[in-house]
Amino acid sequence: MNGGERIAEAFASARADGRRAALMPYLMGGFPDLEASREVGLAYADAGADLVELGVPFSDPLADGPVIHAAAVSALRGGARFDGVLGAARAIARRVPVVLMCYSNLIYVRGIDRFADALVAAGLSGVIVPDLPVDEAAEILEACDQRGLALVPLVAPTTPADRLARIGAQARGFLYTVSLTGTTGERAAVDGELPQVIARAAAVTDVPVAVGFGIGTPDQAAAAAAAGADGVIVGTRLVRAAAEAQDPAGAVRDLVRDFAAALR
Amino acid sequence: MSAVEHRFGPYGGQYVPETLMPALSELEAAWVQARADAAFSGELDKLLRDYVGRPSPLYRARRLSEAAGHTIYLKREDLNHTGAHKINNALGQALLARRMGKPRIIAETGAGQHGVATATACALLDLECVVYMGTEDMRRQKPNVERMGLLGARVEPVEAGARTLKEAVSAAIRDWVTNVESTHYIIGSCVGPAPYPAMVRDLQRVIGDEAREQMLAEAGRLPARVIACVGGGSNSIGMFIPFVDDPGVELVGVEAAGEGLETGRHGAPLTAAGVPGVLHGAFSAIMQDEDGQILEAHSISAGLDYPGSGPEHAWLRDSGRARYVAVGDDEALRAFAVTARLEGIIPALESAHALAWALSTGHGELDLICLSGRGDKDLAEALSRLDPR
Repeated sequence: MNGGERIAEAFASARADGRRAALMPYLMGGFPDLEASREVGLAYADAGADLVELGVPFSDPLADGPVIHAAAVSALRGGARFDGVLGAARAIARRVPVVLMCYSNLIYVRGIDRFADALVAAGLSGVIVPDLPVDEAAEILEACDQRGLALVPLVAPTTPADRLARIGAQARGFLYTVSLTGTTGERAAVDGELPQVIARAAAVTDVPVAVGFGIGTPDQAAAAAAAGADGVIVGTRLVRAAAEAQDPAGAVRDLVRDFAAALR
Repeated sequence: MSAVEHRFGPYGGQYVPETLMPALSELEAAWVQARADAAFSGELDKLLRDYVGRPSPLYRARRLSEAAGHTIYLKREDLNHTGAHKINNALGQALLARRMGKPRIIAETGAGQHGVATATACALLDLECVVYMGTEDMRRQKPNVERMGLLGARVEPVEAGARTLKEAVSAAIRDWVTNVESTHYIIGSCVGPAPYPAMVRDLQRVIGDEAREQMLAEAGRLPARVIACVGGGSNSIGMFIPFVDDPGVELVGVEAAGEGLETGRHGAPLTAAGVPGVLHGAFSAIMQDEDGQILEAHSISAGLDYPGSGPEHAWLRDSGRARYVAVGDDEALRAFAVTARLEGIIPALESAHALAWALSTGHGELDLICLSGRGDKDLAEALSRLDPR
């Protein structure tokens, strides 16, 4: 089974289990340190994650709010590098499909083919590149397609219909639907337009629609599922928990259980 | 059909979150329409004349020429309203924002010159203005922070990283991602995603257009060398472009060597010529480590303290049309002091890099240097570093 197929199976089995949406917690690789981030990812799997999104720390993360930005800075200060993060990915990917969240410069500096080969070797299923709009993605998409890696694109509430159709048509794995106009981070409530945002996304693609950005409580996760999401991505809330807790893996395990319960 | 370049050779592009892509399309369409509209260019030209004070003079620097051993002309962008070339771009983009119906403006600033220019244009056009600035730059460019406040702008301190220009740009982009419906981002240099590099160049080429005409009128010939400092590269691209098709004119961009290229503590991505990459939405010459993390730049001059460069400069370098060199903190400081003593002109530390290179090279040449800004803002920083004698 290649990466794209593994992602499809994860969404399908969540559905077959009668759950309302698949749960995809996010973690920052190398935060609080490499070993702890591996433990956090494994705790996600223990607690009911269907897939895991693993962020590679980058010095200039333009799509991220202050919590994930700070985690990236901390991971880099602690010496986390791309190869180390892939090492953590390898362990987590034995349990659940892992999708890498990686800014484009980290791809170009290695060369696209070398990057894609490294992902396959680490057992990763796909990659999300938050600063790679569809207009710039042709070469990376081709390299991923050749290897059965899913290049997961993003759509935003601001994306107009014609772009949405182009993005939906070349989505692999799932369509990452940004729930709000802004950077990653917790919000008081999910956006009232979310059902329309999800319906618009679902109408243009054959792959599942996963919602992320601003989902920070189990109620909000349930609301995203009720709004029609096939998957729910929870990031900042869990990164904050990992930052604040003495025992990051234990803290996120409890939280992810709560999120998983809300999606049952 | 758009006539705005997205690529300069392999460089440029639009590497930004999807949320911003519609705003970039909207901006590009508005720019294409505005620049073809006689009413828009008429209003901009009138403001550049009556408000900014254009054309800026071309000045034959007699004593500096004697010291250098060859003739030096200075294009006096320091005499513009607000004291630098930045106002050319800020005013053009602010007019464009008003035309697009965007009531809120954000900007980043390093030396504070672009922040002051943007705050000025926003005061003039009654637009809300927020300027992101690293706290290290706020310290070393304090007068400009005070100016922006007086002009009605809000200065947002940025604490991340080295607390300089790179982080200020990132913070401004994050604000734009969040407030894109109401907000136009006036980027201060020929960097960022398309259409910014081409649009900023077009707004700054007035420098070179005027200078070329003035040189022909004053000296009766074109210069042998056109020299300008390069941070992101907006005064230099504006200066170079009108001379690109003059084969006898050498184009020289002067970056910051900081404490020395060999130390790694510099702001010279074009000169150091490492692996190109993506920073702030464009693929260009950048400073990065082997893992792909962006490095902090180092320069005494806040305006050159940036690890990226405009994509068109990267292409001018690769195509061989322009060449890029680097001058260190100490040489720039010396040129700062020498220009003050010999000409009664206190140059910006940024411009002092270009002056330093011209003073140290090329006997018998005819140089045209862009004096991109005045140095009042740098007094505290420079005086604390200069020999008290």
